[in-house]
Amino acid sequence: MTQTVIIDPVTRIEGHGKITIHLDEAGRVADAQFHATEFRGFEKFCEGRPFWEMPDLTSRICGICPVSHMLASAKAGDALLGVRIPEAAQKLRRVIHWAQIVQSHALNFFHLSAPDLILGMESDPAQRNVMGLMQTHPEVVRNGIRLRHVGQEIIRILGGKSVHPSFAVPGGVRSPLNPEALKSIQQLLPEAFDIVEQALDLLKERCGRLQEEIERYGDFPSLFVGLVTPEGGLEHYDGLLRVMDEEGEILEDGVPPERYGDLFAEAVEPWSYLKFPYYKPRGQDKGLYRVGPLARLNICGFAGTPRADRELRLFRRLSKAGKPVTGSFHYHYARLIEILFALEKIDETLRDPADLMRLPVLSQARVNERVGVGAIEAPRGTLFHEYHVDEHGLLRHVNLIVASGHNNLAMNRTIQQIARAYGNGTKISEGFLNRIEHGIRLYDPCLSCSTHVLAPGR
Amino acid sequence: MSEVETEKIRLATVWLSGCSGCHMSLLDMDEHLLELEKAVRLVFSPLADHKRFPDGVDVVLVEGAVANVEQLAMARTIRERSRVVVALGDCAVTGNVPSLRNRLDSDALLRAVYAGGECVPGLDPKGLVPKLLPSVLPLHRVVSVDVFLPGCPPDAQSIWAAVTALIRGEPLNLSEAMRRFG
Repeated sequence: MTQTVIIDPVTRIEGHGKITIHLDEAGRVADAQFHATEFRGFEKFCEGRPFWEMPDLTSRICGICPVSHMLASAKAGDALLGVRIPEAAQKLRRVIHWAQIVQSHALNFFHLSAPDLILGMESDPAQRNVMGLMQTHPEVVRNGIRLRHVGQEIIRILGGKSVHPSFAVPGGVRSPLNPEALKSIQQLLPEAFDIVEQALDLLKERCGRLQEEIERYGDFPSLFVGLVTPEGGLEHYDGLLRVMDEEGEILEDGVPPERYGDLFAEAVEPWSYLKFPYYKPRGQDKGLYRVGPLARLNICGFAGTPRADRELRLFRRLSKAGKPVTGSFHYHYARLIEILFALEKIDETLRDPADLMRLPVLSQARVNERVGVGAIEAPRGTLFHEYHVDEHGLLRHVNLIVASGHNNLAMNRTIQQIARAYGNGTKISEGFLNRIEHGIRLYDPCLSCSTHVLAPGR
Repeated sequence: MSEVETEKIRLATVWLSGCSGCHMSLLDMDEHLLELEKAVRLVFSPLADHKRFPDGVDVVLVEGAVANVEQLAMARTIRERSRVVVALGDCAVTGNVPSLRNRLDSDALLRAVYAGGECVPGLDPKGLVPKLLPSVLPLHRVVSVDVFLPGCPPDAQSIWAAVTALIRGEPLNLSEAMRRFG
């Protein structure tokens, strides 16, 4: 008799999801599916509202990456106004976004994934969480708390609140940097650098013992997608779209983000509220791509900061020369390298603070364009906000393409690979199920975000 | 289990329809989390690997509004099995942003968003995803609530003040600044 095993809910991820594992007559794994179970409908209920509200409103899509939504929304607003925002505003938006990269990646690594990496994939489920880790590895938990705090605190200093700050608006930002804020942020950085270096050591030491997992947790050829700087460097705030194939060949480059509809299409399945985007030229069956930290490090030519570039060279040794790193387990490593990069960029930007303290920080205009697209590399991958407005700036059409959605096909492929590798046909153990859940944690999906992907009609 | 362990307050945290921002604010308690760990046993949370909401919970922090049939069932389970139910944050207290969809028909909304698919998630009986409620409801519309802690999210200091009072069994005296919406 065939059998279906359900993991409900998937835990230690951001959002609501289930996994079903389908077993055949012999008890072997036939298939596995990841179901996003939350739906909120932002694209529809925002219609009719003024686009000026959208940075604050769309922040509420996600409490982990509110800054990314705030910024993508403000950028879409910049496009509707048809303005170029002041230099200071652009730099401050970048700083607050790098701060969010730090806190969001720290959350995944320390609070959500470390219990598996340190205590073991099949360890006691009652202990296998951040509270349990406090009892056995308090120094690791303390580091996680401190590193996440640094990111959250920079967001709070600039935006007034650590979660759902009000900072970026269409045309710029709310206020310039003041000297006290500069000093407070600079004081936070040395400890953060120290912690991320320790975390890199810890991960490398653990990876030495997790070779089997590295090979079985989502290692497959795929496309990689993200934004890079015009020079091809690592980018989180702006840039142009690049698509790389499994051999490291660049299929698309320099594509302006507003042309995303030319590159991607989507499928719908009745068993998930999360849609399934794919690379349009290859079709649904072969168009699987990955976004986020692993993809960004694969597609970029360089990071552009000394410490991150040194670590990136080590990262590249995980694959053959010129080929992308295909193991999703290395999302963990990629995340830590991006934290290092973000800290270096914050440090570098604040070393020349005069620009950041100068007014104006806001370019003012009325609505000049009817369609605006804002794109950004959110912690989990490429995020697009597309707004269509009337002459009064009221929204006629809203399209939100969120980062975690891009990885939907890859997440499903990953849990199928893990289930087949570890499902031995005899019995389903709790540890086996946790391994499958870790396959989802690798992608750090934010399902509160990812319940709305490409809009109707695409 | 040691004797000290059995005396620990049984704390649960639940995430219904929201953005996780209240849980992030909970984590913003930073080093207080290490103190909290000494006083409570976390018996259910999206941050840990519990799959079933247990019996005999002392305090439960509930983030989010009630938006679908599974969340409705969960809210009832929470109430049955918990001594003190806290509506944590504006979504749980008022419905907040998730309830902005209430002016729209939920089935029509799903059809519009998933246009083009053969089957629409949430409308397909075999689809395995929970059906939406016609309206998103604040927690107190579904079950009785003992403590309301507003904020989008409530800041970490407010959560810490509320949680410490509740686990000590003391009356809750939050300042006006700690009782603001937004």
